[in-house]
Amino acid sequence: MCGIAGVIHRDGPTDIGTEMTRMLNSMKHRGPDSTGFALFGAPSDLLVIRFKLADANDKRDTDFKERLDRRRREVGNRLKRIGATVELADSDTEYAYRVSVNYDGDLKTLTDMLEEVPGCEVLSIGHSLEIIKDLGDSNTVAQQYHLKGFSGTHAIGHVRMATESDVDISGAHPYWAYPYSDIAVVHNGQLTNYFHWKRRLERMGARFQSECDSEIIAVYLAQKMSEGNDLKTAMKQSLEDLDGVFTYMVVTKDSLGVAKDEMAAKPLVLYESDNLIVMTSEEVAIRSIIDHEIDTHDPYESEVLVWSL
Amino acid sequence: MSIGAGERRITYDARGLAEPFAEVPKISEIAGEKATFDAATLTTRQINLELKWLLYEQGVKDVTVRNPGAKHSIGVGILTRCRIRFEGSLGYFGLGVIDGPEIVVTGRVGWSVCENMMSGVVVIEKNAGSLTAAAIRGGDVVVKGSVGARTGIDQKGGTIIVCGDAGMNTGFMLQRGRQIICGNVGPHLGDSMYDGAIYVAGKVKSLGLDCVPGEWTDADTELIERKFRIYGLGKPPKFQKFVCGKVLYNYDALEPSERKLVIH
Repeated sequence: MCGIAGVIHRDGPTDIGTEMTRMLNSMKHRGPDSTGFALFGAPSDLLVIRFKLADANDKRDTDFKERLDRRRREVGNRLKRIGATVELADSDTEYAYRVSVNYDGDLKTLTDMLEEVPGCEVLSIGHSLEIIKDLGDSNTVAQQYHLKGFSGTHAIGHVRMATESDVDISGAHPYWAYPYSDIAVVHNGQLTNYFHWKRRLERMGARFQSECDSEIIAVYLAQKMSEGNDLKTAMKQSLEDLDGVFTYMVVTKDSLGVAKDEMAAKPLVLYESDNLIVMTSEEVAIRSIIDHEIDTHDPYESEVLVWSL
Repeated sequence: MSIGAGERRITYDARGLAEPFAEVPKISEIAGEKATFDAATLTTRQINLELKWLLYEQGVKDVTVRNPGAKHSIGVGILTRCRIRFEGSLGYFGLGVIDGPEIVVTGRVGWSVCENMMSGVVVIEKNAGSLTAAAIRGGDVVVKGSVGARTGIDQKGGTIIVCGDAGMNTGFMLQRGRQIICGNVGPHLGDSMYDGAIYVAGKVKSLGLDCVPGEWTDADTELIERKFRIYGLGKPPKFQKFVCGKVLYNYDALEPSERKLVIH
């Protein structure tokens, strides 16, 4: 079933890490398998790359640590070779990493080069986007990756009940829109023409790291935007092109959007004020961050809504 | 296995998840036939247990529940005549399978409110989600705001009144009963309905399969005016009536007494 949440603060940054953790925790019954966050912090000149070199449930054999060290060194070498200067490197788990680099080259080349390293998957690239996802509920993931106090303006998140692919980090949402910076998507539903669009986008040069149908939404939108469409237009086109039942949310460096399929088959509750927009699969999640009485409503079928900072 | 004195009983829901607080909280302030309690820190099960304890064991006829906090499955299975006021919003599947109560919700309700309601009155002061009053058999459900998709799906009796707009597939597979929508409705109104009537004051995006405009009668005017009067909704706007075209299913198989009601 999955649960999704999105929030945008138009009046400046706040502790968006804690907010999103609370919202996702209140919907953990909708998806116990994994939890993911796409958080937009303060924009930086540096490029923040989040990547993993193994999965959380990979077998811990005797060579595991050594293998990871080898892969990490290889990633470092490749960053150097492509001309990306590493300013900061950090690791919250033994397999997931965050590096800030000085790099103004082609992101596809950079990503492809890194992902040639065995086990490497780039989770996000952006000047303010950071995707954090792992197995377990939101409290577990937030604690593991130190998300309390993460300051930002907008975010989306996801709790996953796996139906279409494996329970692993690759199958967890949000999905980054390879190879475009600062775009991410979360999705509740099923896409029935997934293989059609996957093949089509692959022919256009996209790569997919998972077998999860949701991954194509991110790449589809980024592709449409790279053709000159604005976010809302790209999302409206997706209602024509993507078959199935879905509610999905998308974040870019300055916007938050949501789209519902033409059957309105997947839930969404929306709270909208001048400076704060919150939307979730269940109202109880909105209530977890707003303590006073509010008016909420369900957007209708085929609705596409976009808010900007 | 027997449960020792002082040991808390643990029960399990359909998914096998433990519900550790299965005792009645008994926190209400009771004054004669009226009672009030604050649900802010209670679980769904605790709220429902408290409600049933008040109504079935304490002789209370009028309950106010403060801060329900949009929790799911609140106020289900109330099978007695009583008054309940929820001060706040309810989540999904609220007020399901009820028979007799008069309920007011001052906030919003989520998907599937009043599912399978048999009788009684439910008034929701704000918006409602999709599947509002799904499969109700009787009673009145009044939503003063707007509703989502598939309102009154599989409705088998009773009346649904929506003061705002309604989404797609309103009245999907309506079998009996009335729907009064004061605002606009989305696509596929009354799709596959096989009886009952839908009144719409606003614009209809499109009609569903076998849903056709119906002939307005004095009984329709009387019904609308009476319902608006009962619920204090002011002067009714002008409505258009929609009914089943009776061509989709095998209506030749109707009982003789039903057949004469069919207008071709």
